[in-house]
Amino acid sequence: MQSCEDSGVIKTIRCIVCPTGCEIEVKEKPDGEVEFEGYTCKRGLDYAKQEFYEPKRVLTTTIRVENGFLPLVPVRVDKAIAKAKLNDALDIIANTIIKAPIKMGDILIENIAGEDANIIASRDLPILEE
Amino acid sequence: MKQYETDVAIIGGGAAGLASAIEIKKGGLEPLILERDVELGGILLQCIHAGFGLTEFNTELTGPEYAQKFINNALEKQIAYKLDTMVIEITQDKKIYAVNNEEGLIEIQAKAIILAMGCRERTRGAINIPGFRPSGIYTAGQAQRFVNIEGYLPGRTYVILGSGDIGMIMARRLTWEGCNVKAVVEIQPYVSGLIRNQVQCLEDYGIPLITGFTVTKIHGKDRLKGVTVSKVDRNFDRIIGTDRFFECDTLLLSVGLIPENELTLQAGAEISSMGGPIVDNNLETTLEGVFACGNVLQVHDLVDLVSAEAKRAGQNAVKYVNERYKKKMEKKGQIICIAGENVNYVKPDRINISDLDEEIIFTFRVKKPDRRIQVQIKDETNREIYKRKKRYVIPSEMIELKLNPEKYEIDPTCSQLVLEVIPVKEPLIDEEEEE
Repeated sequence: MQSCEDSGVIKTIRCIVCPTGCEIEVKEKPDGEVEFEGYTCKRGLDYAKQEFYEPKRVLTTTIRVENGFLPLVPVRVDKAIAKAKLNDALDIIANTIIKAPIKMGDILIENIAGEDANIIASRDLPILEE
Repeated sequence: MKQYETDVAIIGGGAAGLASAIEIKKGGLEPLILERDVELGGILLQCIHAGFGLTEFNTELTGPEYAQKFINNALEKQIAYKLDTMVIEITQDKKIYAVNNEEGLIEIQAKAIILAMGCRERTRGAINIPGFRPSGIYTAGQAQRFVNIEGYLPGRTYVILGSGDIGMIMARRLTWEGCNVKAVVEIQPYVSGLIRNQVQCLEDYGIPLITGFTVTKIHGKDRLKGVTVSKVDRNFDRIIGTDRFFECDTLLLSVGLIPENELTLQAGAEISSMGGPIVDNNLETTLEGVFACGNVLQVHDLVDLVSAEAKRAGQNAVKYVNERYKKKMEKKGQIICIAGENVNYVKPDRINISDLDEEIIFTFRVKKPDRRIQVQIKDETNREIYKRKKRYVIPSEMIELKLNPEKYEIDPTCSQLVLEVIPVKEPLIDEEEEE
């Protein structure tokens, strides 16, 4: 049996574009060129390239709210961020408190973890009326 | 007792209720939404992850954003609603009894009713896990509400039973909140949610997915101390000698959803064997003028499809009030739709012969995954009405078929249609039709 190194496979990426779930192998040829094998459509190839060179994720979580109708506001990034920055972003969010009222789309944290993306509110959150 | 009158009463202010209410208002009638929670939006509000709205809004939204857009639209249209109001009875002459804190018991007389109560989660009782009854056992949606809306963590270390999308999304959500998810356990030999979620919710965080196993013992008396999981055979019976123990303080169950049938049954509507009420092609139940849409009818995997179905229910309710309600028209005969080979259920359950000149929308799920198949509809004389080849089918994907009457003719004298999913031998090349 060939080992991974012999066949030049440096990473296997499972495609998430559609439910077929193709296994896409990333191979390094002896001349150092990187090849993608196993994809069955262009979207799959694009996904594999993105996932290999610069994996990104959409972060959706909640931020604590002061004086709000609810104790939390759901938030998301307005653009996918580097997968490697998810933990930094979560730490910043865990230490943030926002004051109500909040409107959907309000920018709550700019350039989260140094990324070119902002944390925005996913809903309106009025002030708690006693 | 306070009494109200409305054109169309809508039970439930979630995705289905909101979309049908907007459609009714557009059709020139007055809807009234009755919602038991303290705000409109339904379960979407706790589904804070992205992936909603790709067909409805052409962009990827979170659940709360999707809900907010419909809520804003409903508020702009000045649609009437009552919050914190629990419907307790529906009568066949379309009186609704409900309770709330401000008015006590109220009565609403409607000309038509739309059932949009959504679904509920199957619980530990539904799957019979033996053992004590310690705290720390929740359904995944219940935990989702605690974490995403109320701001509580139900525990620190978790095992999740069920690899549906909610289960996998909760695994990531809890990991992001600093919890430790030991494993996601799935009784079927395959993952039941989307590959996207398997990759981005489990594999990204090294959470093991254990297929072909289920929870067979609950440990702990006051608080959960751990669970035993065991491999199962084809009949889902435990295989001796395959036990594995996982220490955890919380078990989440993501083991399926069932339509919320209590009011529907109590009102006297017939329920189909697969869950929701029996409906015709107008989404009308067996009770005249009572329609059903969204997860109370069938559990959907995309909210966009709930909205589309609810709009149809709204339009049909308007048509009913303007035509049959006023003229006291009777329905003509019906054709019965039957789930055939590898089909779990099919909606509608019946087609009105008087509607055969209109587009008929079928929705169904398969029983088991398959590749290279043909979806076909035949009548009782074996006459083929429809066929379409597909590359794959999976139980977790609801499939929709639209039958245009100009292209697919249904004989008005036939009595039943059978929808089947059968394997095809020859390779699918040019005939492949993919969405």
